[in-house]
Amino acid sequence: MSELTSRVAPASSTAAEKFKFYGLWVAAAILLVVLPKLFGSGGSLTTFSLIGISIIFSLSYNILLGQTGMLSFGHAVYYGLGGFLAIHAINIIGFNKLPIPLPLVPLIGGLTGLLFAALLGWVSTQRSGTAFAMISLGIAELIASSALILRTFFGGEAGISANRTKLLRLFDWSFGPQIQIYYLVAAWTLLAVAAMYALTRTPLGRMCNAVRDNPERVQFVGYNPHVVRYLAFCFSGFFAGIAGALAAINFEIANSAYLGAVQSGSVLFATYIGGVGFFVGPIVGAIFVTALSLGLSDLTQVWQLYFGLIFIAVVLYAPGGITGLVMMHRPLVKAGTLHKVLPSYVIAFVPTLAMIAGLMLAIETVVHYTVNPGDDSHIKAFGVSFDAASRYIWTMATTLSIGGFWLARKTWIWVGRAWDEANSGEREKGAAA
Amino acid sequence: MLELIVISALNGVLFGMLLFLMASGLTVIFSMLGVLNFAHASFYMLGAFFGFQISRWFGFWPALLFAPPLAGAIGAGVERFGLRRVHKNGHVAELLFTFGLAFAIEEVVQIIWGKSPVDFRVPASLDFSAFTIFSTNYPAYKMFMLLVSIAIFASLLITLKKTRIGLIVQAALTHPHMVGHLGHNVGRIFMLVFGVGTALAAVAGVIAGPALVTQSNMAGLLGPILFVVVVVGGLGSLPGAFVASLLIGLVQTFAVSMNGSLSSAFGPLGPDYATTWLADIWNVTVAQIAPIMPYVLLVLILTFRPMGLLGTRET
Amino acid sequence: MSAAIELRGVEKSFGITSVIRNVNLTVAKGERHALIGPNGAGKSTLFNLISGYMVPTTGHIRLRNEVISGLPPYQINRRGLSRSFQVTNVFANMSVWENLRCAVLWAAGHRYTFWKNIDNLPEVRERTARILADISLTARRDVPAGLLTYAEQRALEIGITVAGGAEVILLDEPTAGMSHAETERAVALIRRLTEGRTLLIVEHDMSVVFGLADRISVLVYGQIIASGTPEEIRSNSKVREAYLGEEAA
Repeated sequence: MSELTSRVAPASSTAAEKFKFYGLWVAAAILLVVLPKLFGSGGSLTTFSLIGISIIFSLSYNILLGQTGMLSFGHAVYYGLGGFLAIHAINIIGFNKLPIPLPLVPLIGGLTGLLFAALLGWVSTQRSGTAFAMISLGIAELIASSALILRTFFGGEAGISANRTKLLRLFDWSFGPQIQIYYLVAAWTLLAVAAMYALTRTPLGRMCNAVRDNPERVQFVGYNPHVVRYLAFCFSGFFAGIAGALAAINFEIANSAYLGAVQSGSVLFATYIGGVGFFVGPIVGAIFVTALSLGLSDLTQVWQLYFGLIFIAVVLYAPGGITGLVMMHRPLVKAGTLHKVLPSYVIAFVPTLAMIAGLMLAIETVVHYTVNPGDDSHIKAFGVSFDAASRYIWTMATTLSIGGFWLARKTWIWVGRAWDEANSGEREKGAAA
Repeated sequence: MLELIVISALNGVLFGMLLFLMASGLTVIFSMLGVLNFAHASFYMLGAFFGFQISRWFGFWPALLFAPPLAGAIGAGVERFGLRRVHKNGHVAELLFTFGLAFAIEEVVQIIWGKSPVDFRVPASLDFSAFTIFSTNYPAYKMFMLLVSIAIFASLLITLKKTRIGLIVQAALTHPHMVGHLGHNVGRIFMLVFGVGTALAAVAGVIAGPALVTQSNMAGLLGPILFVVVVVGGLGSLPGAFVASLLIGLVQTFAVSMNGSLSSAFGPLGPDYATTWLADIWNVTVAQIAPIMPYVLLVLILTFRPMGLLGTRET
Repeated sequence: MSAAIELRGVEKSFGITSVIRNVNLTVAKGERHALIGPNGAGKSTLFNLISGYMVPTTGHIRLRNEVISGLPPYQINRRGLSRSFQVTNVFANMSVWENLRCAVLWAAGHRYTFWKNIDNLPEVRERTARILADISLTARRDVPAGLLTYAEQRALEIGITVAGGAEVILLDEPTAGMSHAETERAVALIRRLTEGRTLLIVEHDMSVVFGLADRISVLVYGQIIASGTPEEIRSNSKVREAYLGEEAA
């Protein structure tokens, strides 16, 4: 390395930085191993397994959306096909007593996803933007509808099931109990996350970002954006297939819902809410959305509506997602001006919370009247009991929503001003963006 | 046979007209605002449900009169308070917003009206048979639907070609930025276009509601087909949308009535293949494939002629 | 005398509008050739044609001796021709360092590699560092390109264009919108970076043109009305009439 380069180029990671980096992965691995000891119930283990699967699926989706700028409405196709092929593989392996243990089956799912992505990808990735979104939708509908026609392969409405305990045993694990499934999912999650992270550090990974930012310019530095998109698409399909296979193993069934619009929509939700601009965004989103959907469904009948509203709110007010919101504060932390905005958050929080509470009250009351009109008007939502027929409740809902909204608008202006102050403080200190 | 062809042709044209009622709004919205309104079919659904509710309280004719403007007002509000905000974040964000909106609207409809179909009936005044072709009675209501569609197109055409606002909209279809520079209140025009576009979809919903099933999954079923129509016809082309609507309307209607399959043409497969996936393909009837034909068409068009049949703009 | 770029009978029409009419142009290897002309003459269109962004309606464009008209831009770029843009066209969300690195990758032989860590490629680091120092943006190395000042972005634009080591460089109004001092710095940069390479530059600033160019071609209404040394162009009456106007020669 020449003297110029050592002066000018970004410094190679120091030993301390390398230690921190690898340490993070080791810590994650330890956490995954230890987690079941802390939360050992069957329900928790299933939740963790689902979160792991969702993490892989969402990260694979973000290879398309966040890294290469391609919005797909049909990503569940590769997830679902991976799942179906995994189920068929388990049945075939079990029937013929082939020496392939269960931990290798997700790889089969991955290769399936890769195969179909390679087949369908060249045509899909010709264009990006709205055209790509429409193609992905069309292909997804095509395949999801075909699932009901090709009954031998897709099993019709009922799907295809398999027995995962009949395969070759490693270390005498039958993979019957959920704890063993958890460790299988955890191991694959760690591997997949590491692999996808590594991908972002390669020339291809960087050029994906370039294609996202400026596909026109990419051509003038020698790259064919179509090829870059195609390769990203193939990798994305590979990892989606792994996730689908793990889901199929977990539930011991694959059905047409795996391929459907709801599945494609939910991974889009999770990835976007988590934040598409950072590698950890989809991880955060997967955890948040899985936990929320499992938790919310106990608290209210219409949790899906809340989901949709949260998504719309994120699109409107926080397009960077949860991670985007958090990372936005990083320059403030560096410059030490974070304390300037915190008080304004607290002030703005109160009317915003009031507005949300009012809206929730209104929604639950309306739900009572439309969904369960004949029932007793005393309902319980979000752990709080109230009488939906009471006029007092209606007035409270209206006041909270409207009053909260009006007040919130004023207080958020203060937040904006606090940010301006904090930013100029930060600029003075010269913290780079 | 001839009877089947004539009836299917009538129904196909009717379905195509309904599709065009929606596709025209979608195309104009896309051309002017640059956003493909994922929630367009949701306004179709809102039209049907508003129509149902109003017809329950006041009768069908008030429903036809008031449901579309109601839906259109919601559409205008969506543009003014939602889309305009998201616009600065790019096309992907706009698409995501309308996607979230479609999801939320479906949930709200499900909450208010439930998941089962509602009993939206053909009004008694139109519930007779218009004429008889061969041995089938063709319902007067369907002729009514056809008439309403044609009337709306005629008025749309006149508005576009002969009025000042129509001229502005035509100009904005191909050169939206220029129209702004010329001093027109582009914001208000956008709101108007979005409102009218969604109101058109709602009209389709009100008149189709009694004839087809009115259910909370309507939007999810018709939405993708609508996009196929718009993309196949050519994003940004109204004549293209018209041709594609008729094409897909006819193709689907004819396909649904055809029970031919490879097995009926060539005889059954040998017993060795009877339980394989080959048997599925061999035995499937054209009617069963009918729902996926539009998507096959979509993939073909996007592969070989990405600008659509009559498209003038690449996306 | 080998020609780096040769245009023969090149025409470009959009519908019935003819923008480039029967253009014949030769740029010799190692030459610094300026393309001037009034606004709307078609200079950017000509650049788009040469770099592959558009396809000529008729005629041929040759790079060295190979016909490149009709090839997509990335293939033309791989054959050693690189262009900059009049409106800054960088990767806004990536840092200056990463912008330059993207421009170096293909030329350094690292195609669509997905099995190597990009931070461990010494040759890529060297070349990127060299360009970064050359365009004097070392201090702004980690700043996202979208946040640079205008002049810095123009410098980055030029840096991306030459980073791949292309033999033939096309610069489209590189000093547009710059102050006098910035222009001088830009010209010095251009002269240094295009040492030994072929340069085709579109410019409006006459001091830049006459100071930098070996030969000048004048494009008016899609046609080349004159082509020659700066002295020849200065004294050409057709050019005076069409373009230079009252500009002191």
